[in-house]
Amino acid sequence: MKAPPLAYVRARSLAEVFDLLATHGDGAKLLAGGQSLLAALNMRLSAPELLIDISRLTELSGIQARDGVVRIGALTTHAEIERSPEIRKHLPLLAQAAPHIAHPAIRNVGTIGGSIALADPAAEWPACCVALDAQFVVAGKTGARPVAARDFFKGLYSTALRPGEVLTHIEFRIPGADYRSAFVELAQRRGDYAIAGLAAVAKRAGGTLTDLRLAFLGMGQTPVLARSTMAAMEGKRAAADTIAAAAKALAKDLDPAADLYSSAATKLQLARVLTGRALAALGA
Amino acid sequence: MEQALDTTLIVNGTPVTRRIPARQHLIDFLREELGLTGSHVGCEHGVCGTCTVRVDGKIVRGCLMLAVQADGRRVDTIEGLSDSGELAALQEAFHRRNALQCGYCTPGMLIAAQDLVANEPGASRERIREHLSGNYCRCTGYQAIVDAIEDVLKK
Repeated sequence: MKAPPLAYVRARSLAEVFDLLATHGDGAKLLAGGQSLLAALNMRLSAPELLIDISRLTELSGIQARDGVVRIGALTTHAEIERSPEIRKHLPLLAQAAPHIAHPAIRNVGTIGGSIALADPAAEWPACCVALDAQFVVAGKTGARPVAARDFFKGLYSTALRPGEVLTHIEFRIPGADYRSAFVELAQRRGDYAIAGLAAVAKRAGGTLTDLRLAFLGMGQTPVLARSTMAAMEGKRAAADTIAAAAKALAKDLDPAADLYSSAATKLQLARVLTGRALAALGA
Repeated sequence: MEQALDTTLIVNGTPVTRRIPARQHLIDFLREELGLTGSHVGCEHGVCGTCTVRVDGKIVRGCLMLAVQADGRRVDTIEGLSDSGELAALQEAFHRRNALQCGYCTPGMLIAAQDLVANEPGASRERIREHLSGNYCRCTGYQAIVDAIEDVLKK
């Protein structure tokens, strides 16, 4: 279908965005890359009075590595992250995850900030941000505040963003050189929504994994940090027996709901499979 | 803050200025306002890839972009890319390999394929399939399409 009738304004500054949001409240929606929003408009799942196009606010775009932190502007596209040498060097998890996001034509336009602010539970970036313990910068009329990724995702398409606030940057502490990462995902077809996925990070030293972080996507209403499984594997060598023991703990961490294609039991089994693959990759 | 906006796009090299309704998709503007019906409309929610066009040299979904968003941008459609000869090798290979039947997906396929040919000349069959994963074909079973693109990559 076609998008419903709406008004459109291309914002020239963040200050203008804050004013427009204050005036129009819930009737306005921010348009970044629009790769989820336009689909929702076309299907008439969303009918805002006003689209505020923020895509030309260049100060919200780009990747900077400085003082042990990588700072990614919210309007940076999936494709820019996928191709960035800085990302490959400092945050390989993001480079591993990017090719799983939809298709090239969508990655050229869709943005990391849009994906995070939408908070689709099957999306890749939210889980990566939780796995890497990222920090989000959200700004409003009265200034900016930091929100930890682990506190940001509140529920299905629900976040810690308050009315009038805009996600502007995502900040990642650069992991040490002895950290490894793995991103694994199962989908019906390449680029489809994930049935289940896992963003995994750990320090590997002397053959053992420590400081392990396992963040699942597609397994709940938000990204899910698998704390019991992380604890079961902490300080262990990645081997068949330790991985099997860790995967057993998953039932404590995950309580997936069935979807159109997979029962809850199937999803849990797929999460075990992904855990095995990710831990083997981290230990390899 | 308007329902229609004066918008200028460079379409296949020619500047075009129109007053465009905010809700109109880029693909509908190209087809209905400019008569460039070579690019098709399929699913209208970003899944099938038949509306693939280029904006500022990058492939995009014409149904997931409003025409007003492309203000000031360079838009290339299958018509322009055919006329320039850029797609000639792929078009010849698609023909020779029987990589189209009804032809509905073909404009999008060609533009997506050219993106790979231009940026990743060493691409394997697996990479070809990955790159085209967002372009649906309901006739060929894809094998002949992959064959055709592989032919061009090997040249």
